[in-house]
Amino acid sequence: MGLDLRIPLGALFVALGVLLVAFGLASEPAIYARSLGININLWWGLALLGFGAATLWAASRARARR
Amino acid sequence: MHPRPIDWLIMAVYLGFVLAVGYLLRRDMKTSNDYFLSGRSIPGWVAGLAFLSANLGAQEVIGMAASGAKYGMATSHFYWVGAIPAMVFLGVFMMPFYYGSQARSVPEYLKLRFDEKTRGLNAMTFAVMTVFSSGISLYAMGLMLHLLLGWDFSVSVWLSAGIVLLYILLGGLTSAIYNEVLQFFLIVFGFAPLVFLGLKDLGGWSGLTARLTHVATSQGFAPRAWSSTWSEMAHAAANPLGVEWFGVVMGLGFVLSFGYWCTDFLVVQRAMAAHSLTAARRTPLIAAVPKMLFPFLVIVPGMIAIASTAQTGGSGFALPHKADGTLNYDLSIPLMLGHYFPNGMLGLGLTALLASFMSGMAGNVTAFNTVWTYDLYQAYIHRGASDHHYLTMGRLATVFGTLLSVAAAYVANRFNNIMDLLQLLFAFVNAPLFATFLLGMFWKRATGHGAFTGLLAGTAAAALHHGLTLPRGSPAGIKGGWLALLHSYPSEMAQNFWTAIWAFTVCFAVTVTVSLTTRPRPERELVGLVYSLTPAGREPAGPWYARPALLGTVVLAAVLLLNLLFW
Repeated sequence: MGLDLRIPLGALFVALGVLLVAFGLASEPAIYARSLGININLWWGLALLGFGAATLWAASRARARR
Repeated sequence: MHPRPIDWLIMAVYLGFVLAVGYLLRRDMKTSNDYFLSGRSIPGWVAGLAFLSANLGAQEVIGMAASGAKYGMATSHFYWVGAIPAMVFLGVFMMPFYYGSQARSVPEYLKLRFDEKTRGLNAMTFAVMTVFSSGISLYAMGLMLHLLLGWDFSVSVWLSAGIVLLYILLGGLTSAIYNEVLQFFLIVFGFAPLVFLGLKDLGGWSGLTARLTHVATSQGFAPRAWSSTWSEMAHAAANPLGVEWFGVVMGLGFVLSFGYWCTDFLVVQRAMAAHSLTAARRTPLIAAVPKMLFPFLVIVPGMIAIASTAQTGGSGFALPHKADGTLNYDLSIPLMLGHYFPNGMLGLGLTALLASFMSGMAGNVTAFNTVWTYDLYQAYIHRGASDHHYLTMGRLATVFGTLLSVAAAYVANRFNNIMDLLQLLFAFVNAPLFATFLLGMFWKRATGHGAFTGLLAGTAAAALHHGLTLPRGSPAGIKGGWLALLHSYPSEMAQNFWTAIWAFTVCFAVTVTVSLTTRPRPERELVGLVYSLTPAGREPAGPWYARPALLGTVVLAAVLLLNLLFW
């Protein structure tokens, strides 16, 4: 199959992670009352970013090996 | 729930990726084999996650959370008893015949193993069933989006059907499978923080179980009835499911679960698309690993919802009531998303919900277009055309399959009881299926006449059992008892499980009896289709996770451990 699934998968989560981290940094703290005082956008955004980057890295390694 | 631009942006990014995947794959779709079976080129881990995701429709996510609220931890029987053992059996014992026979669909295996009429019966009922299930999935989504976001029913139905149609039209099964993997990760990443926040709000697992004790005792059950799986299963009256352990093990764990996971083309198609026999066998085993952890993702939210409704946590979440005064369990996950997630995460949660709706529908559409093209159109309407002709027919089937689903969604919206009736009929048709496959694969003497009459007799037995029994307290009619009342069950679930047990037993007995009185097929025709006539393939070398039998054993051991931990 031509397309390595890890490329769109990684790119999607990098994009979602960047959006959440940026919004987490920019948003007013008051909205985090509902998430029990945790800036969940920032922290979970970082997790998505990490997952996306790791997936892209695995895809690029597989490509280099071929 | 008040989405802001950031939430819409997250949803739009996801939808953009979904369509881009379909667009990027369009060049790979050259033959019907590419379109319907991904050219048998999918790696095991991708097929495995798609296998899981195709089943993870909205009814699954919404329904399992609702059951978590209604029945508590015992709902995980649907995973640890009602899914994992059957998935392991499929991977270790059945996949060699599905994949090795080069059948392109489950009905086609029946044609190779038995005869044309058995295939025709299975293909026809399956095609009708998939269209209606994807219609019901659309309908559920339309209702939910209307309730949560105030969207118009028609807009949400046509919009999501249009997106699913577009990406399958472009990239065929590969596109559906790739998107199912995206959907899998979205659902995991979208719901995991919900469980975390909910548990934190209630003071962790111990805070949750303490509140569930209150839920159980206030309804007259033993204190652990909501937080344990087996401890209250000795008698049907002692647990909220209203089923005893034998019904769970035989009805759910054996007949219903093996009948679904081992014979439903919707899931088996994902394994058939894998790039090798070993990858195909590993597909359901790889899927089993996240599957056994899913109770924590989809059932625990329902338990958190009912626990905080009984005794509210720090942040005061509670479930709303329906018009008839009962709690609206179906809203557990959607309302918790709105309660715990700030804007931003709210977008991610809603996207996960949308993803589950779409994966459920896409699975049905790809299974439908394949069965329609190979098992109905090529078999009965137009034989011997060029491959290009069937590829075009597959694309057409994708369009009219989607249109039929939309129509079914509207029917469901107008006439709720028609859908209940149809689902009941499908349950009758499906209940005996596993007996046919079990005898077909493991008993060389089983004949086509035997299989066909067995299936019909099993379906009739299911209908008869339903017509003669009722769940306690229900009026005769759609719930059963429409012939006479011979027996009443403590709950609807117990009645379902026993309907399945009867259907399986009758199908098994009739298939054996008729097979013994009809002429068997010559053994040389059954090589590769029946266990005893197929030379055992050698277990591939490699680490433990690359060997299906060993991986299957590890999976079963892990699920046994989970049952003991949450006993």
